[in-house]
Amino acid sequence: MFVCWCGLNIGGVVDVPRVVEEISGCPGVARAVDYRYMCSDPGQQLIRDIIREERLDSVVIAACSPGMHESTFQSVAESAGVNPYRCEIANIREQCSWPHQNEPLEATRKAVELIRAAVEKVRGDEALSALSIPVTRRALVIGAGIAGMQAALDIADAGHEVVLVDRLPHIGGHMAQLSETFPTLDCSQCILTPKTSEVGRHPGIRLLTSSEVESVSGYVGNFTVKIRRRATYVNWDLCTGCGLCTEKCPSRTPSAFERGLAEEPAISIAFPQAVPHKPVIRPEACRHFTKGKCGVCEKVCPVGAIDFGQQDSLIEEKVGAIVVATGYDLHPKAKVGEYGYGVYPDVIDGLEFERLNSASGPTQGQIRRPSDGKVPKEVVFIQCVGSRDQENGYPYCSKICCMYTAKHARLYKHKVPDGQPYVFYMDIRAGGKGYEEFVQHATEEEGVLYLRGRVARVFQDGEHVVVFGVDTLSGKKVEIRADMVVLATAIVPASGAKELARVLKTATDEYGFFSEAHPKLRPVESLTRGIYIAGCAQAPKDIPDTVTQAGSSAAKVLTLFSAPRLSHSPTVAAVDEEICTGCGICVEACAYEARALDTRRHVAVVNDVLCEGCGACAVACPNGATRQRNMARSQAMAMIDAVMG
Amino acid sequence: MRLARDVVRGEEERKLRDISGEEVRSCYQCGKCSAGCAMTSMMDLLPHQVIRLVQLGQVEEALASRTIWLCASCLACSARCPRGVSLPNVMESLRVTMLRPGGRHIDPARLPADVLENAPEQALVAGLRKYS
Ligand SMILES: Cc1cc2nc3c(=O)[nH]c(=O)nc-3n(C[C@H](O)[C@H](O)[C@H](O)COP(=O)(O)OP(=O)(O)OC[C@H]3O[C@@H](n4cnc5c(N)ncnc54)[C@H](O)[C@@H]3O)c2cc1C
Ligand code: SF4
Ligand code: SF4
Ligand code: SF4
Repeated sequence: MFVCWCGLNIGGVVDVPRVVEEISGCPGVARAVDYRYMCSDPGQQLIRDIIREERLDSVVIAACSPGMHESTFQSVAESAGVNPYRCEIANIREQCSWPHQNEPLEATRKAVELIRAAVEKVRGDEALSALSIPVTRRALVIGAGIAGMQAALDIADAGHEVVLVDRLPHIGGHMAQLSETFPTLDCSQCILTPKTSEVGRHPGIRLLTSSEVESVSGYVGNFTVKIRRRATYVNWDLCTGCGLCTEKCPSRTPSAFERGLAEEPAISIAFPQAVPHKPVIRPEACRHFTKGKCGVCEKVCPVGAIDFGQQDSLIEEKVGAIVVATGYDLHPKAKVGEYGYGVYPDVIDGLEFERLNSASGPTQGQIRRPSDGKVPKEVVFIQCVGSRDQENGYPYCSKICCMYTAKHARLYKHKVPDGQPYVFYMDIRAGGKGYEEFVQHATEEEGVLYLRGRVARVFQDGEHVVVFGVDTLSGKKVEIRADMVVLATAIVPASGAKELARVLKTATDEYGFFSEAHPKLRPVESLTRGIYIAGCAQAPKDIPDTVTQAGSSAAKVLTLFSAPRLSHSPTVAAVDEEICTGCGICVEACAYEARALDTRRHVAVVNDVLCEGCGACAVACPNGATRQRNMARSQAMAMIDAVMG
Repeated sequence: MRLARDVVRGEEERKLRDISGEEVRSCYQCGKCSAGCAMTSMMDLLPHQVIRLVQLGQVEEALASRTIWLCASCLACSARCPRGVSLPNVMESLRVTMLRPGGRHIDPARLPADVLENAPEQALVAGLRKYS
């Protein structure tokens, strides 16, 4: 029995010598000792030495929470010949010294009780060995933006197959829509296309576009995934990507890639550098589907690739790990409800501005406003639209809009040197390498006028969009008769993120950003083992952070794949088949789908690998047929007796 | 306040820039200059507020401020400014803008007799050069 002071964390409140004295006399306790830092190397050595001296067969460590150091102490015990599942932790820090700082006597009494209970528990513990499970060394990556592509490339380059799924017909995500990128202002397509084409031709990557994950079963190392590939109505095996069909198609529909600023044919390839460079038909816009006649594409296609009868297909894949990289959307137009967004044509969002500034965009890169194609001379940028606004949007900061707004204002000045950009902001958040300098350059060298305050009203007056704001620095109200207004709308999770989390049996925050296992120490692991997160799916972030996180999630996948087999805690539920009546109540009780009924033998069975050892089934079983390994009913009763004294 | 490009980068603002040689756009309104200025108890606008007005093209309003005349050109502000703005130069350009068309802030002929008698000569010469 070992008691840790944890410096003053425990020892400053709990009377450790007294605890040692009281525990020394307990039945079954060979020896009780204390030490200042049990987790330190000398502390660990002390445990080993005493185990050997006293020939102990089990140990109790009274210290911090098992979440912190259980595995440390288990391996110390094991290295001295004690079965690691006969090492119990009594948490006398989080449960005694911290919550009862002002009641040292009570804290000490509680510590003694918790330790007594742990001693009772360890007396009933069986020697167990960890369960061993195989691992399928293939990965699924969901979302092929820069995050998903980077993760897929890193995993595939290490020699493991990757299935990369995106619901759009092409890969690249939002980065494909950007014109130039902060902080260096290099062209987005130029740095993106080497990645997209590498992904497209990588022998280790199976690319499934126009596809979505429909169901996932299994567990870490052994997932089975069903993917629905939606009909594109073009046989991509035959199609050469010549584009003749897209030229001849008579039907037009607003282009989602151009964010509605341009139209595209019903059969189209979203942009010139698209990978895969193959067209898809949008049935809602296609005359063949809406009117039952046309078929021009079918007639002109030189290889007969058009296939109006194509159906969705279901693909099943077995993988050992999953990376979620579903990225973001912008706060939708309909929800902004302010600033005339979605009402006045010259009020646009950040991605629309990117398209206006893009050489392959609707204006060939000239800044022309949507309403009449005029070059706007007065442009107002509004930051934090929907961000940091708990009443009308989201309380969080979208993190990247300060930077992209500075970028937009600068790019605008490059294209329209005699124009004046104004930026309404609340704070400028430019915490990145070279970022502050980038923003200062905008004000100092390029004459972007920053006005500190939120805009109250935007309304159309003739050909102007009038902006009413304030400059809290000078304390003056501001009125600008602008030609165009650009809104930095909040970054929100990609649509369907919460539903996907449900399919994956993992968690998101209230907004739909995937939750990480620990905000500081496990930022790319999800709350479900074997599922990792990268990019804006986790939280708003820029490209450098996205790429870093993607590489990090790939490293986690590779670590998983490097083990010959995975281990799983053996403290799982077990069924006494003699007693079990097969009533199935436990199956309902299990949150991890670890239990099933064996209908032939009429008993409940446990899938050890899925069982998290929570004990819900053991409680639910009306017959006492289910038992939690190393938490038997007799152990629990003995622990309660120890506490009740 | 109506803002437009001919206000923000107007004729008056350009003249100030020519005279002072200063780019006030560099200022990020941290206020350090005002925090260290010895004259602020008598000023109607703090020094950084004068700079803000010039940034916004509100030159008229800056010219109407007492602050530009109270500035002692001691350089305590510019020595501290993290963005390298020389406020005394800007203040001087504002004063000069007022004085050049013949305007006088101080008329030597109207100075009270006790000032003429008691003020050190050095101060009188410097003051007359600066304010008339
Ligand atoms: C206006 C604007 C300008 C920007 N400018 C810059 C800049 O200059 N520099 C910079 O560093 N960053 C910039 N950014 C940020 C940059 O866009 C992001 O950091 C980056 O795109 C994030 O990549 P991602 O892969 O995480 O997400 P995304 O690019 O959103 O990719 C996610 C992918 O997942 C797919 N997907 C989503 N849900 C599913 C699903 N359920 N199933 C299958 N597939 C799915 C999507 O189709 C998409 O292809 C800008 C952002 C905006 C809004
Ligand atoms: S059949 Fe549809 S996709 Fe093909 S050309 Fe006609 S409208 Fe376009
Ligand atoms: S990044 Fe800047 S503009 Fe965007 S929400 Fe945060 S503070 Fe507002
Ligand atoms: S110290 Fe410099 S940067 Fe700060 S407010 Fe004064 S002039 Fe502006």
